[in-house]
Amino acid sequence: MATQLKETDENGREILDSVVIRFAGDSGDGMQLTGTQFTQSTALMGNDLSTFPDFPAEIRAPVGTTYGVSAFQINFASHAIKTPGDAPDVLVAMNPAALKVHLKDLVPGGTLILNLGAFTGRNIEKAGYKESPLENDTLDSYRVIEIDISKMTLAAVDHIDVTQKEALRAKNLWTLGLMCWMYDRDRQPTIDWLNQRFGKLPLIAEANIAALNAGHAFGETAELPSEISTYVVPKAKVEPGIYRAVTGVETTCWGLLTGAQKAGLNIFFGSYPITPASPLLHSLSNLKAHGVVTFQAEDEISAVCSVLGASFAGSLGITSSSGPGIALKSEALGLAVVTELPLIIVNFQRAGPSTGLPTKTEQSDLYQAVFGRNGDTPMPVIAASTASDCYDCAIEAVRLATKYMTPVMYLNEGFLANAAEPWKLPDTDDVEPFPVKFASETEGFHPYLRDEKTLARNWAIPGTEGLEHRIGGIEKDYDSGNISYDSDNHHKMTKVRAQKILGIADDIPEQEVVSGNNSGKMVVVGWGSTFGAIEQATRRCQEDGLDVSHIHIRYIWPLARNLGELLKGFDKILVPEMNNGQLVTLLRSEYLVPAESLAQITGQPFKVGDLEREIRSRMED
Amino acid sequence: MNVQSPPEALKPNDYASDQEVRWCPGCGDYAIVKAVQKALANMGADPKNTVFVSGIGCAARFPYYMATYGFHTIHGRAPAVATGVKLANPGLDVWVIGGDGDMLSIGGNHTLHVLRRNIDVQVLLFNNEIYGLTKGQYSPTSKVGTRSPSTPAGSVDSPVSACVFALGCNARFVARSVDTNLKVLPGLMQEAKENTGASFVEILQNCIVYNDGVYSSFTDKANIADGQVVCEHGKPLLYGKDKEKGLRMTPGKMELEVVTIGENGVTEADILLHDETNRPLALMLASMQPPNFPVAMGVIFRDPGLSYDAAVYEQIAEVTEKSPAIPINELMHKGKTWTVV
Repeated sequence: MATQLKETDENGREILDSVVIRFAGDSGDGMQLTGTQFTQSTALMGNDLSTFPDFPAEIRAPVGTTYGVSAFQINFASHAIKTPGDAPDVLVAMNPAALKVHLKDLVPGGTLILNLGAFTGRNIEKAGYKESPLENDTLDSYRVIEIDISKMTLAAVDHIDVTQKEALRAKNLWTLGLMCWMYDRDRQPTIDWLNQRFGKLPLIAEANIAALNAGHAFGETAELPSEISTYVVPKAKVEPGIYRAVTGVETTCWGLLTGAQKAGLNIFFGSYPITPASPLLHSLSNLKAHGVVTFQAEDEISAVCSVLGASFAGSLGITSSSGPGIALKSEALGLAVVTELPLIIVNFQRAGPSTGLPTKTEQSDLYQAVFGRNGDTPMPVIAASTASDCYDCAIEAVRLATKYMTPVMYLNEGFLANAAEPWKLPDTDDVEPFPVKFASETEGFHPYLRDEKTLARNWAIPGTEGLEHRIGGIEKDYDSGNISYDSDNHHKMTKVRAQKILGIADDIPEQEVVSGNNSGKMVVVGWGSTFGAIEQATRRCQEDGLDVSHIHIRYIWPLARNLGELLKGFDKILVPEMNNGQLVTLLRSEYLVPAESLAQITGQPFKVGDLEREIRSRMED
Repeated sequence: MNVQSPPEALKPNDYASDQEVRWCPGCGDYAIVKAVQKALANMGADPKNTVFVSGIGCAARFPYYMATYGFHTIHGRAPAVATGVKLANPGLDVWVIGGDGDMLSIGGNHTLHVLRRNIDVQVLLFNNEIYGLTKGQYSPTSKVGTRSPSTPAGSVDSPVSACVFALGCNARFVARSVDTNLKVLPGLMQEAKENTGASFVEILQNCIVYNDGVYSSFTDKANIADGQVVCEHGKPLLYGKDKEKGLRMTPGKMELEVVTIGENGVTEADILLHDETNRPLALMLASMQPPNFPVAMGVIFRDPGLSYDAAVYEQIAEVTEKSPAIPINELMHKGKTWTVV
C-alpha cells in the first residue's frame, strides 16, 4: 500500500515511498506490453520493483468478457521490495470487464482510471453489470478519472495513415503515456523499443509513439480533478553495481549457460512447447553461437529422451516443461536415474491437476518431483525462490547433475518465469569451475565404476576408444555393469542409488534462517516463489516484537543436513505453500515434527497481509 | 570426427560382445545380428564411433550383443534417444533397432518424426507381426483375424504396412528384406548406412514361438521365386523362376498388375522399370500383398536429401559467423542496464 508522505519535490510533485499499479484490459488490449514497458522505464529510474503478469489461457478470448481480462501489476518503491504488492493503489481499467474483475482489489481511496470509450451499454452488459457502474455508487469510494481513451487515441493518430483498427490498438500506449506523466517515467525507452519493434512498419511505430506522447501531453494540460497530481518515487537505495530488469526465464537461461561453461560442456536442450515453459526454449534457441543445440521435439517424451541420448553422447542434456509435460517424461527420468546420466529438468510449475490453470502459478509439483516415478527412483530436487535465485539454482543444478551423474529436477514457477525484478548483474568469474572429466582409462573399465566419495559412476562417451559399453533400463551388475537379474544385486544397486543422492546433503550449504532467531516460538518454512511474501510478513511480525523466524528451503531433496534439528528448535512450524500441503508432508515424514500447513491454491501469489494475519492468528492458537 | 578407419580390419565376430545371446533358439534375430556384424565388418566400421539404440521388446536386446556403444532405452523411444545422440555428436554412426510393437505402436510417433526429419541414422524395424516379449499378443502389423491371447476370436483391426507408413512419413530411404536372406541383408545394411539421412529397413522376421511361419507363403524356399519381387533401380520388375512374371501399370489405370511374358501379347518391354526416386510407385510396390502380388524386396525408395543433423549444424555455423559467441558477462550486459553507485 502506498505510504502517503505528503511531501513534495521541487516541482511540486508529491513524493511517494512506494506505489502499486495494476493495468487491466481485454487480452487484446496490450496490457502485458504496457506493463512490461512501464517496468523497463521504472527499472531504469532506479526504483526497486516486482511485477505480476496475470493473463488468461486464451490468446484472444471473446472481446469484453470477464474471462478475457488480462492484467499486469507492478510494485515499485524507493526501498527494497520483495513482492508485486497486495493491492493496487492505482487501477487502470480499459473496459467494464476489467473493472468488474479487478475493482475489488483496489485499496479504498485508490485511483481508478477508466477508459470511458469502452463503457458502452453492450460492454457493460457483457461484463455482467445490471446497470452502468459509472452511474451508481459502485465507484464512490475511489478517486475516479474517466477519460475516453479510445477517442483520444484516434484523435492523436488522426494525421497518420493507419486504419482505424490499427489506430485504436495504440490506446494502451496512450494510457502508458498518461501513467508516465503521472509517475514521472521516461518515455524514451518505450520510444526506442517501438522503433525497433516496428522497424519494418514505420507508420505503426509512428502511431504508437504519437499515442504515447498524446497520453503524456493530456496529463500535462488536462484539467484533472484537484486531488490527482503527479508523483515521484525516489530511487531505491540498493547495493552499487550494474542492474537490469529480468524475469526468471532469462536468469535461468543464463544460469544454465554459465553452468555448462563451468562444466566444460555443450548444452543440448530438447523441449516441447508448453505454457509457461516455452520462453526458455525461445531464449536458448537464440544462443546457438554459444554451443547450445536446441531441439523442438515432437512431444514431451521425445524431448526428454533426446536429451538423455545427448547426455549419453557427452552433452549436457537439459529439458524443460510444466507439470503435465513432466508427467509424460517420468518414465524416461527413471531411465536417467538407472543409467546414471546427468540431466536437468526445469519444471515451470503451473496450477494443476491435468491442464488445470495453465497461465496461473502454483507449487503443486513437489510430490511429483520428489516421488513421482515408478520404482525407487531418487533424484535431487532444487527450487528457486526469486528471479535472481533462478540464476544460482540453474548453475547448482548443472553442478550436481555432472558431479553426481544424476538427473536433477529444478523446480521453477510460472510466477517466477514471468515476473520481473531488478537484478544486479553477477560476474561469471565468481563461479568456481567444475569441469567434467570423461572416462578414458581402459584398464579395469566398466560403465558402473564409481567414485568412492560421490558414488557417481564414470562417464564414458561414444567415440572413446576401448570403452565401448552398453547401458539401459535393465538392472546392472554392481561389479561389471552388465545386465543382472540377481536379487541381492538389485537390493545393493537400489541402496547405492539412494545413498548417492542422500550424500549430496554433505555437499550443499547447511540450512540458514533468513530472518529471526535460530529457535523460538514459531518458524515459517517456505520454498520457491513465496520467499518475498513470507519475508515481508515475518519481518513485519518481528518488528512488532513477535518471536517468529523465516526459513526458506532451496534443497527440497536431499534436505539440508541440519534442517531437522533446526526445525525441532521451534514450538510451531508453519508451512505456507501454493498447494494443498506438500512440503509440509515431506517435513512431517522426514522429521516427525508437527508442522502445520497453510495452503493457498488460488493460482495467485500469497499476499503479505494475508500471511501476516495468519502468522499472528496461529501464534495465538 | 567422422572417420571410420580402425587400425586393422575387424571381422564380423569382432563386433560381437561377450554377452550370451538370449533369444529363443531358431529366432530370426540371430540371423539379423549376424548380418549386421557382417555389414559392419564389410564397411570397416569403427566400434568406438558406432552406437546401437533400441527400445523395448525382443529385438531391442540387440545392442547388448554388439561390441560397440549401445543404449537399451524404453518402449518406443529409441528414435528419440538416437536423435539426441546424433545431434550431440554427428560424427557417430547411429543405428536404431526395434520391433513392430516398439516402432509402430507405442513409439509410432517417434518413428514418424525421425523419418520425416531425415536424421542420419539407420532404422531397422524387425517385423514379426506379433508381440513376442509379452507372450504373443497381436501387433499393429498383424493381419486381420490373428488369434492371440488378447484376441482369442481373432483381431478385427486393420494392420499398418511398415514401408507404406515410412513412405508416408517422407522417409527418403525405404527398403525391405527377410531375416534369413543372409546373401542380401548385409549389403542392404551397407546401402542404408551409406545413405545420408534416415534410412528405414523393414526386416521381415520369423517369431518361431508365437507366429511361426507367418511369412512362409513367400519366404519358404519353394515360394521365394513367385512370392517376392526384388526392386533394383532402372531394372524391370520381373520375378518368377524364369523371370517370366512381371509388374506393369494397368493400361489406363493408376494401379499395378501382374503379367506373364508371352501371354496376351506381353513382352519384356511392357514391364515397368523400377524407379527408386518415384514415391507414388514406391507406395504401390510397398503396398503389394500376397497372394495376388509378390512382396517387394530391396530398396523400394531412395531419394537422398540434406539430413536434419547436417542442417542443424549448418545453421549453427551460419548464425555463429553472423554474430559470434561473446562471454556470458557481456551477453547479460546487452540491452538496457543501469548503474547504481
